[in-house]
Amino acid sequence: MAKVPVQFTLNGSEKAEFIDSGTTLLNALRDKVGDTSPKGGCHQGTCGACSVIIDGELRLSCLTLAETCNGTTITTTSGLSESGVLHPLQRAFLDTFATQCGFCTPGMIMAAKVLLDHTPNPSRDEVVEALSGNICRCTGYEPIIQAVLTAARANSQNAA
Amino acid sequence: MELRKNYFADVRKDDLHEIGQPRPRSDSPGHVTGKTAFFADRNFPGMLHLKMVRSPHHHARIRSINTSEAVKYPGVVKVLTAKDVPHNVYTILILIQIGPEDETVLADGKVRWKGEAVVAVLAETERAAQEAAAKVKVDYEVLPAVFDMEEALKPGAPLVNEYHGQNYYLYDSGECRKVRFGDVEAGFAGADHILEQSYQSSPIEHAPTETTGCVVAPEGNDRFTCYTNTQAMFFTLDNASIILQMPGSKLHFVGGTVGGGFGGKVDVIVEPIAILGAKLTGRPVSFIYSREEEMQISSPRAAEKVVIKDGVMKDGRIVARKVTGYTDAGAYSRHSPYGAQKGAGHYPGPYTIPNVWIDTYCVYTNRTPSSAMRGFGVTIGDFALEVQMDKLARLIGMDPLEFRFINAYRDGDMKAHRQPTEGAALIECMQEASRAANWPVAEKYMAMSSYKNGA
Repeated sequence: MAKVPVQFTLNGSEKAEFIDSGTTLLNALRDKVGDTSPKGGCHQGTCGACSVIIDGELRLSCLTLAETCNGTTITTTSGLSESGVLHPLQRAFLDTFATQCGFCTPGMIMAAKVLLDHTPNPSRDEVVEALSGNICRCTGYEPIIQAVLTAARANSQNAA
Repeated sequence: MELRKNYFADVRKDDLHEIGQPRPRSDSPGHVTGKTAFFADRNFPGMLHLKMVRSPHHHARIRSINTSEAVKYPGVVKVLTAKDVPHNVYTILILIQIGPEDETVLADGKVRWKGEAVVAVLAETERAAQEAAAKVKVDYEVLPAVFDMEEALKPGAPLVNEYHGQNYYLYDSGECRKVRFGDVEAGFAGADHILEQSYQSSPIEHAPTETTGCVVAPEGNDRFTCYTNTQAMFFTLDNASIILQMPGSKLHFVGGTVGGGFGGKVDVIVEPIAILGAKLTGRPVSFIYSREEEMQISSPRAAEKVVIKDGVMKDGRIVARKVTGYTDAGAYSRHSPYGAQKGAGHYPGPYTIPNVWIDTYCVYTNRTPSSAMRGFGVTIGDFALEVQMDKLARLIGMDPLEFRFINAYRDGDMKAHRQPTEGAALIECMQEASRAANWPVAEKYMAMSSYKNGA
């Protein structure tokens, strides 16, 4: 199978890999780069557990070919905390008990981050809409919605 | 959250340090930073991928299996059939002396449900394993199948599982689990009203976000480390030990991190065959269900049918209850005999009824084997019982909550299985529910207590 070179910036550091043509970004990140924070739940774009941020936009890494990511900037949940200090969303997910098994959590946090980056003070409906592509089978969603609203409030207090 | 300390004040312990206090979950910091290691987050150099060839038929005799093309397929390292498994016929609960062993790790001579594992293919890549699996040729003689529990119990129905000899599980109490208390026919004879209703449910898939699977790494000294998302670590270790005929000291299981389970990951299906693959190839092996397999192959909650006949008096007392429950085990036992047994214990409900007769059957059909799921054996039963309670209340023109107060079991009441009721607190729960739901009941019910002294 043809190998193709791919270069991108992952959580602030440069990555260069030779990958099999046709490899998904999810498999490239997990198996080649070693960032296992995006999870493979369905591998068909339904569950959202593999969500990452590519050039500021929320993308499903299981439906994105790694070779199309040349020159992009990619953010995953493992890159959110800086020198051990949790991102406000991570803090809020902890404080509001918004994780149970934790499998959907990285994807949820990515979806929430894109929302807050574009809409710092979202309504509840906007939070629900933003998370609608991410499936959680444990929490019943309410603690997750509360976590995102809590993080948004914390952000606006910091800004004020 | 409000704690009502006036309830059970004389037995309440208030010197506890944990209950009533918020505590952070120990695993959450790993979850929110993406650092938690789920089993599939382990990757080993030279890891093989296992894919299963599965039965396309509900019930068929296997005339022959031809793996010659699959073995030659580029990237294939090993192909496993029934003869490679040291102890191929097993059952999970044999560990607690509940048999007989009735399920094959890889099908031997016969398949009993559509999706049953027949041949395991190990290859360098997932894709090669998938493509080679499609090259395995199995010659089947299709047999008549049975999908309905009542059909399965009729004389002359196709026999699903020869290890049982009949299409129901044989308990030590006979063809079903039985509860007998009082004289149910005399109870019906004296009742003002009798209501008999049937309830039934479909199988339900747990659909965990993380699919079932494991990653096995040989340690080089005939010892194997199995990273797994099982919910039943020691059932899995001990069953793998029996199936592989290896002492448990050779098997090192690492788990405890489960990406959603809900009971769907308590069966021992993926680990033994993956360890066998690692043993026979000397290489790490990954066996992970695709989403399609998770939805179609993993054990669902059993389909159930419940027939409830109640005798009730005009004043609200239930005087007789007869229940027949049927649990659809599918082709193999797994945890279903236990589920049906739980039903037998549960059908009297949290009510004091003087005359009770209960039979629950665990029935074999050519459907996907069912197993554990969140209160299996009692959840559907509760649905049926409480719908029945509402219907009974309507029948005698009584408020459904007040009707439950009249029948609720209270401390000291003898239950149908001859265990005296202790620490019931049901009356108090219903009083709280009455307030919380703004569903008022007569003052005499609000004055009741689960303690029977006085009220």
